[in-house]
Formats: sequence, C-alpha cells, structure tokens
Amino acid sequence: MTAEPTQQDPTQHPTQDAVDSGASRGLSTQPRPPGPFGQRRAERIDRLAELAATPPDERGESLTRETFKRLRRSPMAIAGSVVIAIFVVIALVGPLLTPPPAWLSFLPLYGPTAEVGLDQIRPGHIPGNSADHWFGLDHLGRDVLSRMLFGARTTLLVGVVATMIGFTVGAAIGGLAGAANALGGRVGRWLDTTLMRGIDMLLAMPPLLLAFSVAAVLGRSLLAVMIAVGVAAVPFFARLLRGSMIAQAHRDYVLAASSLGVRRPQIVLGHVLPNSLAPVIVQATLTLATAIIEAAGLSFLGLGNPDSRTPEWGTMLAQAQNQLSVRPELAIYPAVAIIITALGFTLLGEAMREALDPKLRR
Amino acid sequence: MQVEAYDGPLLEVSDLSVTFRRRGQRDVHAVTGVSFTVEAGEVVGLVGESGCGKSVTALAITGLLPPRGVEVTGSARFAGAELLTMDPKQRRDLRGRDIAMVFQDPISSLNPVVPIGVQVAEVLIRHRHQSRTVAQREAAQLLDRVGIPDPNRRLKEYPHQLSGGMRQRALIAMAIACQPRLLIADEPTTALDVTIQAQILELLKELVRELNTALIMITHDLGVVAGMCDRINVLYAGKVVETAARRPLFAAPHHPYTVGLLNSIPRLDAPRGERLHPIPGSVRDLLPWPEGCAYAPRCTRRVEQCLAGTPELIPAPDGRNYRCVNPDLERAGVPA
Amino acid sequence: MSALLEVRDLKVHFPITRGIIFERVIGHVRAVDGVDLTIQAGQTYGLVGESGCGKSTLGRAVLRLTEVTEGSVVFDGIDLTTLTPEQLRVMRQRMQMIFQDPMSSLDPRQNVESILTEGLAAHGIGRNRAERRELISETLDAVGLPRWALSRYPHEFSGGQRQRIGIARALALRPDLIIADEPVSALDVSIQAQVINLLEELQDSLGLTYLVIAHDLAVVRHISDVVGVMYLGALVEEAPSDLLYAEPLHPYTRSLMSAVPIPDPDLEDRRERILLAGDLPSPANPPPGCRFHTRCPWAQPELCPDERPPLQEIRPGHRVACHWVNEIADGRIRPHEVTAELVSATEDTTTAPTLPATPVP
Repeated sequence: MTAEPTQQDPTQHPTQDAVDSGASRGLSTQPRPPGPFGQRRAERIDRLAELAATPPDERGESLTRETFKRLRRSPMAIAGSVVIAIFVVIALVGPLLTPPPAWLSFLPLYGPTAEVGLDQIRPGHIPGNSADHWFGLDHLGRDVLSRMLFGARTTLLVGVVATMIGFTVGAAIGGLAGAANALGGRVGRWLDTTLMRGIDMLLAMPPLLLAFSVAAVLGRSLLAVMIAVGVAAVPFFARLLRGSMIAQAHRDYVLAASSLGVRRPQIVLGHVLPNSLAPVIVQATLTLATAIIEAAGLSFLGLGNPDSRTPEWGTMLAQAQNQLSVRPELAIYPAVAIIITALGFTLLGEAMREALDPKLRR
Repeated sequence: MQVEAYDGPLLEVSDLSVTFRRRGQRDVHAVTGVSFTVEAGEVVGLVGESGCGKSVTALAITGLLPPRGVEVTGSARFAGAELLTMDPKQRRDLRGRDIAMVFQDPISSLNPVVPIGVQVAEVLIRHRHQSRTVAQREAAQLLDRVGIPDPNRRLKEYPHQLSGGMRQRALIAMAIACQPRLLIADEPTTALDVTIQAQILELLKELVRELNTALIMITHDLGVVAGMCDRINVLYAGKVVETAARRPLFAAPHHPYTVGLLNSIPRLDAPRGERLHPIPGSVRDLLPWPEGCAYAPRCTRRVEQCLAGTPELIPAPDGRNYRCVNPDLERAGVPA
Repeated sequence: MSALLEVRDLKVHFPITRGIIFERVIGHVRAVDGVDLTIQAGQTYGLVGESGCGKSTLGRAVLRLTEVTEGSVVFDGIDLTTLTPEQLRVMRQRMQMIFQDPMSSLDPRQNVESILTEGLAAHGIGRNRAERRELISETLDAVGLPRWALSRYPHEFSGGQRQRIGIARALALRPDLIIADEPVSALDVSIQAQVINLLEELQDSLGLTYLVIAHDLAVVRHISDVVGVMYLGALVEEAPSDLLYAEPLHPYTRSLMSAVPIPDPDLEDRRERILLAGDLPSPANPPPGCRFHTRCPWAQPELCPDERPPLQEIRPGHRVACHWVNEIADGRIRPHEVTAELVSATEDTTTAPTLPATPVP
C-alpha cells in the first residue's frame, strides 16, 4: 500500500470552492457583490468575520488548560487550595521547628517528646494555654502546639500514602478490567467480570472493618494504618476507572481510532485512559480527605502508631479522651485540625469535579 | 376562522425581547423585538436554525423561562390578557388549560416513575377538577384519540415502556386534555423517524381541525411548515426576518436568508445532479442587530446600507413583511 | 467500472446474554440479517432507513468495526472477514469512516494536528512530525480549514468545522472507500449543504467511493448514485436514485417517500400520504415471513406472513424484495387499513447494552 498523495494537481484542487463554503474563512474569500460598497465598511465586516473565526490567542486551548482556568475563578477551589497549601507548608516546616533551631529559639516550641511541663501536671489538673505553651500541655506535660506541628507531617503522609495505595492498586485493577472489557473481546469480558466480582466482595465489606482486619493482621504500626486505609479505598477507584473507561470506549472517537488502524494498546493508552482519568483524580482528592479522617479513626480506636515519639493527630485525639473532663481542648485542637484539612481537600475536589463536568463547560 | 367573544387575535406578541444576563459574562440577546399574531384555529410556524430564538420565544410566552438572570420585555397578550405581567398562579392555571406545550424530547418531558394514565389524568384533575375515576376514563379516551392502540392497557404503563412515537402521542394527549385554545409544539418531531413524524404531523393537523385549536409550530424544517402552517415567521439571530402566508413564502421568498435556507436543503423531488447552494459561514458569524443586519456577514446580497443599523420590517402585498434593504425581488418573481 | 465493495449475505447478530461470571446466550438481536450489495468504484451508494433498521451496524460491519456473524465483505478482491487482526489493521488505510456526531467522534484531548496525523503514524507514513504535518496540510486545504486550526482543539470549533475535521481525518490516509454514517444529521440546516457539497467535491477531485448512511431520504437521494432502502436488518429495495423517486416499488419505500416533507406547499397539499401504522418491530424478535407485513398496507394473507421475499431484480438495476411487487405496481392490489400492533419498547431496552448506539435521527 502506498501513501501517494492523490491531490497533486493544484488546478484540480477543490480548495477554493471548499473555502468559499467554509465556515472558517467567513467573508474574506466571499465574492463581493458589485456596486457601491464602502471600503471602510467592507473592512469592518471582514474584521468582524475574522474575529468570529480567530480565537484571541495563538495556541489552542486544551481541556486541561481550560479546566485550570475555570478552577482559578472558583472561590471553592481557591479556599480549598489555600487550606491545603497551609497544611502542606506546616507538614514540611513543622518538624524542623520542633524543637526550633537556635536562631528561632524565642519561639515557644519544643521537641515533640520533650516532657517540658511534667512538673506542672497533677492528677486532675492540666494547665491550659499560656505564653510558654500556646495550646497548653498534654497529660505528660508535652507542648501540644509542638506536637500538632510535628504531627502534621505524619498525618499528611498517612493520607497521601494511603490514597496512593488505593489509587495505584485500584486504578491498576480497574484499568485492566476496563481495558479488557472495552477492547478485549470474549476473553476480555470474562477477565473483567472475574476481576470485578473480586472488587465487589471488597466493596461489600464496610471500609472500616476492612481496615480493621488489615491492621489486625499487620499489627499496630503507621504502615498498617496506611495500608488499611488504602486497601479500603481500592474498590472505589477500581469501579470508577473501569466504569469511566467503558463509557469512553463506547464513544465514537475510539471507533474512529480503530478505523484509522491505530493499534489497540495505543487506543487504550492514548485515548481511553487519558479521557477516563479526570473523575479518578477528583476521587483521589476527595479520598485524601476521607483517608485522613479514617486514619485518625483507626488511631483513635487504638490501631494506630503506638510510638509516642511520632505524634499524629488521630493518636493525639485518642489520647485526649482520658483528659476530656479535665482539658477538653486537648481533643478539640487535633479534631478541628483534622476537620479543616479534610474540608480543604473536599472543597478542592468538589471544585475540580465542577470544573471538569462537561455539562457546565462553556 | 371562528371569531370568539373577544374580538382580536388569540395571541398577540409584540416587541418581545429576552435577554439572558449572567454575572461576569456578556448579555445574550436571545430574542429582540419579535412580533407576531396567532388567530384562533390558525397554524403559525416559527422557523429558524438553532440559536435563532424560536424556542426562547415560546418559553417566554408561556412563562417557563427561569425567573433569575432573564429579562423579558415587550408584550404577549393571550385573548386580551397580558401574559408577561400576569400573576404566576393565574398563568399556571392558564398554562395546561388554555395554552399547552409539546416538547421535542418526550422522554424528558414525562415523569419516568409515574404511569402514563396517571400523568394524563393529573392534567384533568388539576385543571378540570374531575374526580380520579372520571379522569382515568377520560384519559383512556384521550389516548385512544391520539392513536395509541389498546389505551386501557397503556394507561398503566410507564414512559420507558412506550416507543418514541407513542411517548410523543401521550404527550400530545396530555396537551389536548383540556382542549386548549393554543397549542405550542416545539420541534415535536425532530427526535422521531420520518414515518413516525408523518403520523404525528397528521395527528396535529387533525386535532387543529377538530378542536379549532391554534397551533404554534416551532421547527427548523421548512418541509414540515410547508405542509401545515397558515403563516410562517422566519427567525434569524433573535429577530423575525420574514413573515408571510405559506404559499407566497415558498413561491417567492423575499429575504436572502429564507432564499438561502430553501436553496441549501436537498429536495426529494429535485432532479438529481443539481448542486446545493449553501449559506456561507455559520450562525456564529453574526453582526449584533443594532449595528446592522445580523445576516449581513453571510449574505450574498450585502450592500453598504446593510450596516447602517437594524433594517426595518418592510410590508409587502399578501400580508408579507420582510426585513431586508436589498431583497431579490426579481428572482422571487415579483416585478420590482 | 468495477465493483470496489461486494457484500454478500451479511449477517450481524448481537447475542443477548445473561449470567454472573459465565455468560449464557438467551437470544439474538438480528441487527443485520442477510444483506447483499455491491458498490462500484467511484460511485456513491446511499443506505437509507429509520433508526433501528441496522444501517449503522451494516456500515460498521463492512469495516469490521463490529464482528460479522455470517457472510462476506469483499473489498477490492479481498474478503475482509477472513483477515487476521493485523492484516485488517493494515487494510483499514484504504477504508475510512465519517461519523454523525462530530463532537463525540473527536477525542477532546487531541489537537487537530494530532487527530489528523494519528492515522499516518499508525501506518508508518511520514518519517517524522514535520513530514506528516506537510502531508496533512494539503488535506486541511481540501476540506477548507485554515492552517491555524492545527494547534487547536475540537471544542474550539463550530459544528460544521468539526465535521470538516472528521472528514479531514478520514481523508488523511488517502482511502479508496469512505463510509459516512449520518454525516450531516447533527448539523444546522444551512451547514448541511456545505458539508454535502464538500463531500461531492472531494469525490470529484479524489475519485472516492462512498457508502452514505442516513435517515434523511432527500439527503441520500441527492448525494447517491444508487440508493438502498433498509427495513429491519435487510434491504427491501435498491435502485438508481432517480428511478427510486420516480417509481418506488416496495410498499415501505413508498410510505417512506410519502412521509418525507417537501418544502413546497402545493405539492404537500396534493400528494398522497401513506401513513404507516405502529412502530418498527423489535429486531430481537422480528416478524416471520416478510419483515414488513405487520405494517404493510398492501399485505396479503398468502405468502407475506410465511415466506421472506428475496431481493429480486425487477427492472434493470432495480431490485425489490416483495412478493406482490408487480401486482402492486399494476394496481391490482389496493392498499387497505392496517391496525397498529403493539410494540413494547421494553424488549428493546433489554438488548440495549449489547447493541451499539444507533443514532436517533
């Protein structure tokens, strides 16, 4: 088969006619009606047609760019991003400041495990906030603010790693099932059905129970919490990506690609997958929020990190419950921090969902 | 034409304008200064391409536009009563009883979880205050009237159990339940196959004849209006550009847009091998009306005067009006 | 003139399946049920029919985008149904498709350049990006799109322009055969003519062969040399397009023809309408005998309900599948009333998942 161009003779080229009937060129190639036609007016109307035909900037606007543009205008996205940014900065900087380096030693911050105020703790009495301890002390006389700052990193780590586990495993299973179902023929459909029945079984278990079982098997550790929360998120990612891929695979452009003779793997990787990812990314953002809450929940239930040297907001919340009658603030600080962070991710996720919704586009 | 106690047109729309205002976006003038009248028992066509404002006009008349972000000016008088400023409750009573609508997509116009019979009966209960049993019986008669076979069985079925054509018939049954004086059909056959379209159009024609209902037919299909409308209004970019009785309109279209539309559709009866003459450009390439004729950028008969502000509607014989400063009267068969 | 495409007794049946892990076939949707047709090189064959008649499935089956159940599709002497997937993939360079909805048939994440060069890259045409860009620039001119379109994305264009992109994509590989599935039905009236003219111009200058699938008889007749009318998965009539309008012989063609509105009030008032009763029966459970006999105003008690009429050549180039074609043409059989039969849409919905979306006109 040769790829010899069939349109070599320029005189036979239908360009002129095609352009005449073309929406794109508007007026510029129109035969002008004879008679008096003011040059200035003519220019004006030509320019108008050009304006209608030529978008303002040189480069085309991809969907991703357009989505970001819309996100930048959304107050919800801005609020969410600000919260997340503050959280991330704290997570990065927090452990460096606890204890603070010498040139910042005027800050009332301490090491996360330093029992600096142990002498002030008496049974039934924990001192509240003071100039030395802005958030007060906990039951072992440790500075709460320092522990919160230090714990931000752990909390973020738990959320991110758990989400990544859920995303990677879920997307791998869902992607495989989706690809198999969409383009794999009979065997593919069987593979898809089998994989999805497995996912259904995971889905049938309450996430917290699932996380419990994993944590029980792996023992008490931060890693166990991450894996437990991640595994609980797997079925959601798998279902979502598979459904999204199957929907995309039935679109005409996939048919168009296969009729062009594009190879199947290329169709899946180049067309179906990229177009299916948007809802999964939104889900990942939302999962970050729930992962942080779930991790806190597991820690609260005593499955979290037993090592008190690395504080984490969930564990802090769990430990605070014994002092609830004495110092309720000890529970309130980490709880509020968890809520605000989760809200940040939720806001951003919802804003992204809106920005990506084709119904709200244009 | 039957003259009722009220001595005047059944519906008189004058200078109707609809503007969509959204924060941070340019105002959209969907309809600008549309005027037309509908006599009792008359079939009036509103014809135009997508975005010409034909559907918005109908929604504005019936008060179905969202209340926020929309500005409606002008007047629409139904049997002498002003619809645009009418109390919403009064308008709701009127709608469904005296003015009924049929939409393009029957599946989204019907409630998917309520049987057809109940939906038809509800109209009767709401507007004619009938008892449930009487309404059910009459609903069956209505379904029979619109040509749904085995109506008593169909009463209990849900919209998804009916085919597209049957759904549209059910919707028409709901619309004619109270024998409205005005029926507005917005692209009622666009979603249907051509043989089903013929059935539905035939049904609408029969109903108009029998019930002496006036009908506003909104469509993009000039073939559809040719077969059934008494008067036709051609809309472009939110304005009526030509209005005429159907025979004069098709025999001698005056406005270049009407001419363009007629020349651009392939006709079943045309000899083969004839080239189509498309209208260049797309509806996006328009001039805002105040600056001149919106159609000018696509018009082959454009002259300088086209850009000197909005052209006026020019009256011509046969009750025709056209909005063009340089019409092709010779080609239209009218001696200049 | 020689035949470029020959379709012989083509059948496409979609299985209706049930089951949790192991699927059980409980029935078939006979989307295409025995179609014979021949398309001459350089000709346009128009396939017309209402939604659900299987015309789109036929178009896809010809390209083997849908698996063929039975029959053969011979393209330029090669039976496509016997090719291996890789052979078929290579073969696709010569057969392209234009879709109905220009928005959903273009990947929203690809810019126009990537859309147009994808096929070239898949077939190894052009050594690098610059070379391929050179190749498609001609195609771009041919369909009347400006050069700056290359870096833009589908959503930045109007409907008519998008359809031009779709046509350019099909043309980029310099195919011999183009299958156009409802190429204009999603477009505005004034834009339809632009696209129809473009298709005709391209055929003249590039010597293309078209299979045009549409529900709009006027469009199909305008553009085609030969028109085939489909009803419930089979051809009921095939004729040169002038002949078909002048003398439709099959009762279904007659009613279809009479249902098409013509923008001419005098003609509309004069002409006789043959209104069909009821809806299209479900292709999962087609009526026995002649598929059309349940709605046919000329149906007879003998033959029609029992025997499926074959597509026979009645006049030169004019094939009709009707037992009583001569008697109807002579006026010996008169049309009669038909009571509409109940067609439940629920049967269709059960088959929906396996049936590719048929465009609703």
